Amino acid sequence: MKRVVKLTVNGEEREVFIEPWRTLSEVLRDDLELTGLKIGCDNGDCGSCSILLDGQVVKSCIMLAVQAEGRKIQTIEGLSEGDRLDPLQEAFHEHFAVQCGYCTPGMILTAKSLLDKNPHATEEEIREYMSGNLCRCGCYPKITEAILEVGKAD
Amino acid sequence: MKFDYMEAAGIVEATQLLAGYNGKATLIAGGTDLVVKLKQKVKNAECLIGIGRIKELSGIVYGDESVRIGANTTLSSIEHSMELKLKHPVIPEAARQIASVAVRNVGTIGGNLCNAAPSADMAAPLLVLSATLKIVSNTGEKEVPVEEFFKGPGMTVMDSDEILKEICVPLLPADSGAVYFKYGPRGAAELAIVGVAAMVVIDENEICKDVKIGLGAVAPTPIRAQAAEALLLNRTPDEKLIKLAGKAAAEAATPITDVRGSAEYRRDLIEVFTRNAIREALARARKNTGRRHS
Repeated sequence: MKRVVKLTVNGEEREVFIEPWRTLSEVLRDDLELTGLKIGCDNGDCGSCSILLDGQVVKSCIMLAVQAEGRKIQTIEGLSEGDRLDPLQEAFHEHFAVQCGYCTPGMILTAKSLLDKNPHATEEEIREYMSGNLCRCGCYPKITEAILEVGKAD
Repeated sequence: MKFDYMEAAGIVEATQLLAGYNGKATLIAGGTDLVVKLKQKVKNAECLIGIGRIKELSGIVYGDESVRIGANTTLSSIEHSMELKLKHPVIPEAARQIASVAVRNVGTIGGNLCNAAPSADMAAPLLVLSATLKIVSNTGEKEVPVEEFFKGPGMTVMDSDEILKEICVPLLPADSGAVYFKYGPRGAAELAIVGVAAMVVIDENEICKDVKIGLGAVAPTPIRAQAAEALLLNRTPDEKLIKLAGKAAAEAATPITDVRGSAEYRRDLIEVFTRNAIREALARARKNTGRRHS
């Protein structure tokens, strides 16, 4: 039942040889060693596995890798350019929006998809948009501040 | 979870594949509900047939009498559709209350209906809008009013070889107002404890010429509260009548006790939410009427 699945990840064409029941989160982490995304609830609730698919944020733990074939995947590894961090990564750092860091990759990619659509999102819009991403350290105020700042800087 | 996976290029191919598996295959569109069920082993399938890439299954197309929403249309596309916001605002209003952005980007309206959760947020609004569902198979097609679609938790009138193609929603009269209210334990990424949709059409004397009330998460399927509707029909709803309608809706419900709330709590919520939904639908109808006459 294994098959070759072609995935476009962070601008690169990658091929994996996988069973059809493998989730995208597993394949990205275990087969492609992109361990930035985290598997938290593994149930589509917590958002720590969030990635961008054709520019839209999705939860990779409730998507099969075969569903993503031929579509553009962006993970947190593809966000910085060499040593140059994305403004959102910088802002999370500046604002101490990270405690344990487990939710951070998902938070940043979700925030990126928000600001791509709505560059000057208000605090309320940010809080609503980010509501599918959980932070058990409770960094929400700092996370919101970081995203607000990037929105203002634009 | 173990299964084979095949991708269908079009509706005909999908129906042929389904027929070939004789009930042992399951369709997957977005998969946001299905993959969770497969993981939790609540559901099994020998093969998944991917329909997510079938273009003719998605899109929002307005005609002279109705709008057709393809089953594969994502909840995000519905939430952001300018045309729906203008002509059927209660549909995007309900869509945006489902799960979270990342789930709505993938989950589809067809999936929300076909999973047949009693709490499905798209169901109650479609009930009050008198939507019909077009279902196709290898051998033909049929149209089913959404009211007759659900048979129980996780069960619909669809046979194992059938595909939901589109949802057809009649255009609303100008003097109408509709609303969907949902209550969950938290604001986001939550299933409804109760969901109430209401739609009213009023004339210049504020007499209800049409009224429909839909309830979610308080019976084995989404239901209409017909006794409550009958109280309001051809009358001008005042506070006393609205209170009676709330009570009638609570009586129509047969809720269960689960982790999200007790049956009693749900019944009380239905009463309050039905009252609020009627008031809001009336307010919107008045506003729409004013807009038309100005």
